[in-house]
Amino acid sequence: MSAPGSREGPGIGWNPRPGESESPLIQLTRTRFREFLREPEAVFWTFVFPLLLASGLGLAFRSRPNDVAKVGVLSTAPAASLVRDALAGDSSLTVVMLDDTSATTALRIGTVALVVVALDSQRVEYRLDRARTEARTARFLVDDALQRARGRANPVAVTEALVSERGSRYIDFVLPGLLAMNLMGSGMWGIGFSIVDARRKKLLKRFVATPMRRYHYLASFLLMRLGLMVIEVSVISAFGRFAFGVPMRGSVVAFAVACLLGALVFGSLGLLVASRARTIEAASGLMNLIMLPMWVASGVFFSAGNFPDAVQPFIQALPLTAVVDSVRGIMIQGLGWAALAPEFAIIAAWLVLSFGIALRFFRWR
Amino acid sequence: MQSPALALEVRALRKTFGTVVAVDALDLQVRSGECFGLLGPNGAGKTTTIEICEGLQEPDSGDVIVLGRHWASDERALRERLGVQLQETQFSEKVTVEETIALFRSFFRSGPAVEEIIGLVQLEEKRGARVGTLSGGQKQRLSVACALAGDPELLFLDEPTTGLDPQSRRQLWDLVERLRASGRTIVLTTHYMEEAERLCDRVAIVDQGRVIAIDTPRALIRSLGAEQVVEVEVSEGIAATPGLFDGTQGVLSARLDGPLWTLQVSAAHEAVPAVLHRVEEAGLSLTELRTHTPTLEDVFVSLTGRHLREQ
Ligand SMILES: Nc1ncnc2c1ncn2[C@@H]1O[C@H](COP(=O)(O)OP(=O)(O)O)[C@@H](O)[C@H]1O
Ligand SMILES: [Mg+2]
Repeated sequence: MSAPGSREGPGIGWNPRPGESESPLIQLTRTRFREFLREPEAVFWTFVFPLLLASGLGLAFRSRPNDVAKVGVLSTAPAASLVRDALAGDSSLTVVMLDDTSATTALRIGTVALVVVALDSQRVEYRLDRARTEARTARFLVDDALQRARGRANPVAVTEALVSERGSRYIDFVLPGLLAMNLMGSGMWGIGFSIVDARRKKLLKRFVATPMRRYHYLASFLLMRLGLMVIEVSVISAFGRFAFGVPMRGSVVAFAVACLLGALVFGSLGLLVASRARTIEAASGLMNLIMLPMWVASGVFFSAGNFPDAVQPFIQALPLTAVVDSVRGIMIQGLGWAALAPEFAIIAAWLVLSFGIALRFFRWR
Repeated sequence: MQSPALALEVRALRKTFGTVVAVDALDLQVRSGECFGLLGPNGAGKTTTIEICEGLQEPDSGDVIVLGRHWASDERALRERLGVQLQETQFSEKVTVEETIALFRSFFRSGPAVEEIIGLVQLEEKRGARVGTLSGGQKQRLSVACALAGDPELLFLDEPTTGLDPQSRRQLWDLVERLRASGRTIVLTTHYMEEAERLCDRVAIVDQGRVIAIDTPRALIRSLGAEQVVEVEVSEGIAATPGLFDGTQGVLSARLDGPLWTLQVSAAHEAVPAVLHRVEEAGLSLTELRTHTPTLEDVFVSLTGRHLREQ
């Protein structure tokens, strides 16, 4: 290499200085963060969307301890007022008086769970759809209230001790699932799209024309994912904790390791998907092909146990299943390292496999 | 390290894509410190040739020696010493000019400070602007800036001014001239003959994957032997009279292209009256007459019978 200043000429008076610039890995990683943070849509899908989804699901499936069943009483029936008075004393029931047509409509659209027709002072008829859970519940409540009002005594004395355990609600089930799903989505989209885009724009080829180390380039994506993972996981789990009281029963270290492995495995799968594709369309088709089955089968929204036994081995081997099970196991069941070992082994295997294949077949030009 | 006399040597280079022969038995020698141009129409094989020299494509056969080294054995060392600008790179739109240059600077062991590069390509005012907001000319200067990040001894520029407006093109020419004056070797491709004439010490005219002429622009033009080129357009329909200007005084060669005759003449003051006389004699009417000093375009036309750019 030439000595500093040896090729100075008119207009160029610079002195090449070795080693004054930042490390290429740091520069590449900073570029990754810039590209991400300056893309408002990406920020939305990564950070805001999972919170909206969790809020929506949390509200829709919230447990209602003081649940009130709404029942109708047919106002044209002979003994309607008798029944109304009998039911009015029960705090778990709300009673509305309905005429014939509005009773039919209210039953059909579900504004009341059941309609009571008081045929006379000795006989009542319940109109309900037995397929509906709240209708069956309402039937028991109404019947109990009516029989007690007419003097039925309980042969067995019963007292209730109410428990509402954190960790057994739907939000407790679904939040770890959403967390894992988010790691998958942002890992695969975030890495896959950036790389295919760089290839399409001949930027990859331009990098290859410099002395840049290729593994620095790929590593910068994984480092970005790790950095974003810390933020994503903190935001989602803090939200679960403070908005819904979702517990963290296991060790925080195990939780961090599970999230780290999750971010790496989906980052590597993103690299793999992007390793050959030349167009965004090809890459997104491939990504949907990989992610869609896991969204459905891996137990994000409902237990993977619902699927037949014959396909269980395949479902358990999916990377998202392993990440969902380990994150959920740590948060809700407080699983320890020994119990997590099989899941971690599955994730590690996927990680090594996909990163190795991606590195081997990566198309740089 | 002593620079070898030849910065780049290419021997019997061949590259095919399926049945398309992109480069065919191509030879080149680029001397250290010169600005060397590959001039040819679209599809001539310029990009393929230059990318093989840059170690970005594999040739089917032939030898490439860059700064005295081979790609197969010295890739890393070579990458530190080369500056490469590709024909169609799009840099990340969300990243600023300064950040982009700093990124490229970090890949090289030694090189100028980012500030100095920005100053050289005159993007000081756009330092903090995102790449997506730059004009075509500014993007192209950014691309050259990134190629300069390692203070290269040998700089490859593939069609640096294609698609630029005249003012941006002149700015880029100034930049290339300053780089040439600083003593580094430059290999550039272009299909603009003005660009090759103005910037290059020597030019290889490339057509269909082969070098069909190689010399200084002046020597190439002088090889035509013509002092002036006269373009004559005669009334259409009967224009295609073959041999219309054969034997006309001062006309060295004549070529018919649509309604347009292109005549290479030795002395315009003698040839033009003779040409006018000849047109009148043939009972044709003249619709246009132009003269210009010969250019590389005329060299290309006389060698291939085609124009560099299809108009
Ligand atoms: N990757 C490729 N695949 C197929 N054909 C190609 C490829 N690259 C170049 N060619 C063909 O090779 C010829 C030379 O192309 P190129 O080197 O790009 O020419 P130029 O840069 O002079 O315009 C053209 O016919 C082009 O279509
Ligand atoms: Mg080209």
